[in-house]
Amino acid sequence: MTKLWLSRVAIVIGVVALLLASIPRDATPAGADTAVTIYSTQFTPVDEATTFRNVILANSPASVSFVPAADSSTYFTQVESQVKSNKVQFNVLAGLQSDFEPLAADGMLQDLTPLMNKLKKRGFPQSFINLSKLGSKNKHYFIPWITATYVLGVNRRALPYLPKGAKVNKLTYDQLVAWGQNIKKKTGRAMIGFPVAGLIHRFMQGYLYPSYTKGVVRTFKSKSAVKAWQMMKKLWAVTNPQSTSYSFMQDPLLSGEVWIAWDHVARLINAASQDANDMVLVPAPRGPRGLGYMVVLGGLAIPKGAANKAAAEKVIDYLTQNTQEINILKRLAFFPATRAPIPATLDTGTWTESLAVKAQQNAKGSIPALVPVGLGAQNAAFNKVYLDTWNRILIQNQPIQSVLNDEGSIMAGLVQQAGAKCWYPDKPSKGPCPVG
Amino acid sequence: MSSRVETAGAWGEEVTSSPSVPSRRRPRVEAVAPYLLLAPSVFFLSVFVVWPAIQAIHLAFEGPNNTLTSYNFYQMTHEYTFWPSVKNTLIFMVSIIPLEFCLAFSMALIINTGLRGQQFFLYVWTIPLAISDLAAGIVWLSIYTQNGYFNSILHDLGLSQYGYQFLSYQNTFSLFAVCVVAEIWRSTSLVMLILLGGLQGIPREFGEAADVFGATFWQRLWRITLPLLKPSIRVALILRTIFAIQVFAVILALVGSNLPVLGAQAYNWYHSYQNPNIAAAYSIVILVLSVLTTAFYLTVVRNKAEIAGATR
Repeated sequence: MTKLWLSRVAIVIGVVALLLASIPRDATPAGADTAVTIYSTQFTPVDEATTFRNVILANSPASVSFVPAADSSTYFTQVESQVKSNKVQFNVLAGLQSDFEPLAADGMLQDLTPLMNKLKKRGFPQSFINLSKLGSKNKHYFIPWITATYVLGVNRRALPYLPKGAKVNKLTYDQLVAWGQNIKKKTGRAMIGFPVAGLIHRFMQGYLYPSYTKGVVRTFKSKSAVKAWQMMKKLWAVTNPQSTSYSFMQDPLLSGEVWIAWDHVARLINAASQDANDMVLVPAPRGPRGLGYMVVLGGLAIPKGAANKAAAEKVIDYLTQNTQEINILKRLAFFPATRAPIPATLDTGTWTESLAVKAQQNAKGSIPALVPVGLGAQNAAFNKVYLDTWNRILIQNQPIQSVLNDEGSIMAGLVQQAGAKCWYPDKPSKGPCPVG
Repeated sequence: MSSRVETAGAWGEEVTSSPSVPSRRRPRVEAVAPYLLLAPSVFFLSVFVVWPAIQAIHLAFEGPNNTLTSYNFYQMTHEYTFWPSVKNTLIFMVSIIPLEFCLAFSMALIINTGLRGQQFFLYVWTIPLAISDLAAGIVWLSIYTQNGYFNSILHDLGLSQYGYQFLSYQNTFSLFAVCVVAEIWRSTSLVMLILLGGLQGIPREFGEAADVFGATFWQRLWRITLPLLKPSIRVALILRTIFAIQVFAVILALVGSNLPVLGAQAYNWYHSYQNPNIAAAYSIVILVLSVLTTAFYLTVVRNKAEIAGATR
């Protein structure tokens, strides 16, 4: 009995061993030495990644595999460990300026100045060229590629409730509050929405604070910040309370749960495209100091120690060509960071989006704010300060000034620890940016 | 199992008297066999459970530059969401377990009566077990959201014009209720399966004897079924409570941060705030709560033989 049983076990072990042995050890595809691997923090959702592979990379000059990163911190850790162990598998890095910044600070990116000079004919705006230096004097660490911003998505059904004298594409925050109050008074519903489970920290860092205080860190607990939060409390009273669970505003806009919503253009585009008759995209409102808005700049870089540099540069060249830039706009709702001509044949959603973005950029007194710079590993904790401030003031109704003082001291610790200098729209600083 | 091994003579005289096997070899093989059989699971548990647990404990006490510190716990307990999330997790556990237990016990009794179509019920009731937590949360979200299925029905029946906001942060009761319903739907069948296994192990003779003496249904339930079912009840309660303490995906998908619970906080600290140390500190809290409740069940839900054994 036992013998028979043991022999059965032996057979099972043998079969498993054979199966394991039959798995190929080396999974590298043929021709790997000419292949290019792009590691990216952008286009990471499955459908976007598929579009990127099948449409954007369709005619690429090398065989390219596109690897989306789980999040920014994984991205940094992966690249860091590969460069440090001198086993770099990625040839091209795609990411936001804020993703590249800690990598450049640790000396993990190649100097792409020659490539930048070659590609200058693409017509990158000077501000983007300056950003690609990532704090260095004359080295360019990435090639500007895509850009995006945040705007308001508006359902036309809300337009009749606009307060007197207000124009939908030239709103102020006070008019937005009055608009929400009007809607609530006449329909009984709170129809403004914010992605509180999404990118709401960018609203505070790029819109609310710059528009009211012309700063982000230096003015965090200032008197004008208190005014901004007093306005926010009024706005929150006419905001759909389900906002705390929204992460992409296009869904509640499409389902009619909200009529007016602020979000990243890529998270509004489905609403604008699928319901083009009812939906318009307009610039964000302005505050007492101007129209604060955030510029998101994405670029392409090459890590130090990467093999196959020539092929990598060809892929970067390819991705910044007009055809690819426009395809990304049409299919993935990111704008060209080049002077690629935007065609008149865009679908209505993308078209209204591009109008809103241009109107926002060209508005008088606009204050372009940057994604936080120089915080490195403290980035997430820095965002948390804003999220906690939002929760404590608006949801838990704690007194504004004491919350700002509390969170301000946490912020000061983080900025100090990271040694981050002030970034625009804060005035430049010599040492770590002071919290004021 | 154990009795079979013993009668086969792992240590024994019976084997030495066997004529066909050389007297020295067989005991050695049989003595080693149990360890060989245990080895894969021991290996698996050490690599995937014990080692990560040690690492998590280390992370929870890790300070800058590899120093040891309790600062992570200080920071965790001074966070304004910590005590609410402890409270919510405990309320969630206390409200879900009795409800789910009664429901699962009734379902198991129905299946165990041998009704026609019992197989059908068994299969249908266990479907939610095959669905991932997160997917279940998303399904329930589409039901309860403001313009979701439930509100559409209410609207069509003329009961609500614009839909109720079940998921509003202002309405803690409905947030809780929605999560409790979703969790009960998702995991009652797990408890049911464990109880059903126990019910099927109770010999029919006991029931028949009770019938002969004219016992009512309730008397049989109280005096025969429940006492004999204690070991299964204990397993079911322990498993379900531990899962309730760890609850995460359903809550995250349905109500997000409106209802902070320990599991979701650990996830947020790890993923959104990128601080693995505080995330690990949260996981230690979850571990301690799980150990305490398991110890509680092991001492409270015992049958007479076990109590006698323990006091002897």
